[in-house]
Amino acid sequence: MSSMPTPDSTAAATPPDDEAMMQISLKVNGREITCRVAERKHLADFLRQDLQLTGTHLGCEHGVCGACTIWVDGVTARSCLMLAVQADGCELRTVESLATEGPDGHGLSPLQQAFWDRHGLQCGYCTPGILMSLTELLRDDPAPTEEAVRITLSGHLCRCTGYQNIVAAALDAAARIRSAV
Amino acid sequence: MKPPAFRYHAPRTLEEAVRLANELPNPRLLAGGQSLLPMLNFRLLAPDHVIDLNRVAGLAGIEETATGIVFGAMTRQRDIEFSPIVKRRLPLLSEAIQWVGHRQTRNRGTIGGSLCHLDPSAEQPTVAIAMDATVSIAGPGATRELPMREFALDLMTSALADGEILASVRIAPWANSHGWAFIEFARRHGDYAIVSVAVLLELDDQQRVTRASITLGGVASTPVRVQQAEAALLGSRVEAGDIEAAAACCALVEALGDPQVPAWYRQRLARTLTARALPIALARARGDKQ
Repeated sequence: MSSMPTPDSTAAATPPDDEAMMQISLKVNGREITCRVAERKHLADFLRQDLQLTGTHLGCEHGVCGACTIWVDGVTARSCLMLAVQADGCELRTVESLATEGPDGHGLSPLQQAFWDRHGLQCGYCTPGILMSLTELLRDDPAPTEEAVRITLSGHLCRCTGYQNIVAAALDAAARIRSAV
Repeated sequence: MKPPAFRYHAPRTLEEAVRLANELPNPRLLAGGQSLLPMLNFRLLAPDHVIDLNRVAGLAGIEETATGIVFGAMTRQRDIEFSPIVKRRLPLLSEAIQWVGHRQTRNRGTIGGSLCHLDPSAEQPTVAIAMDATVSIAGPGATRELPMREFALDLMTSALADGEILASVRIAPWANSHGWAFIEFARRHGDYAIVSVAVLLELDDQQRVTRASITLGGVASTPVRVQQAEAALLGSRVEAGDIEAAAACCALVEALGDPQVPAWYRQRLARTLTARALPIALARARGDKQ
């Protein structure tokens, strides 16, 4: 897991002088952050450019592809369809938080491990968003049907896998999590 | 950055939001953002000011009142989807909401945002017109009410005047024994429908239709009630010929056409989907086990 630089250390965050800015405070992957952000910047750009959390990917930037899906206050949301300033006071979780779910606080989460074992990704571009949506599904429904997995995946586009291995990985992960409890 | 430059405002009260909407030049109201943010990212809109309604107190919630179920405009689609009140009293809305986008967008999207955006294929305006909903609009110094049919003026055009904000929508439930069906056709699950149909039926103890509502979404510039189809069903026992007659009326509605979906295709879908939806609503009105 990569360490998070301080928000003001990145060149990409330096705005032009006339850019309207606002100070926000939020929690990202358990860490408290206070910083100034351009009012018009969407949340995904803020995560990637200002916080260097580049695990969140941007595909379409209009809410169709699902690559930028993160958690906002415990539920999934498209981070390209929120302004960063709207996340003031919120608790966010991105794909970078998942690998802390493994044994002793490191390593892949059971879902990530199942993706690895089942070849649930090829190029990996869509994977961060899919992992966040499926993590929500497995939290809310520990024994999802294949149909429930496919409905969850309907909010994501993957151009490599044909989805079969992703479905298999999700069902496999659900079984592993159940048997571990 | 994708969106054009604007100033952002996050009022805490409806009064403050209305004041800002009246005082600021070229403002745009931000509800769930699931349509507005794409339009900003594409720079199809260039507001000077964005007024975010997400922090306005008291604008979200579902309340059962004597005159109907009242939804605050900022009630999220997720909360409608999981509401026991909606499931019990407004099963048509409960069924339709599952067609709205995806879990990831329903977590943010709001009923008020959808009613004001008025995409002709959107599910929530279709249900609001099917159920003769009433919207409540806050303006400077006064609040007014409008029937949904008068609120939905035209393609993506509501009756909101500059400086007005949709505060809530009220939907009166039908009799507990009513039947309902909402079905739609889209290329992929979660896409906007090409055509959707909402059907409501009430029967007397002779199994004759005493009340009917048939609404098409995605066919015309706003969702449209097909009164001839409703009239074809009133007093009938909804036998095969009655269903065919009602469905035929739905094929006559003047339809939008575009290069991907010509008007004749929408009309044909309207007929087919109505013929499929009516037996579902009928079975539910009769109390048949699903």
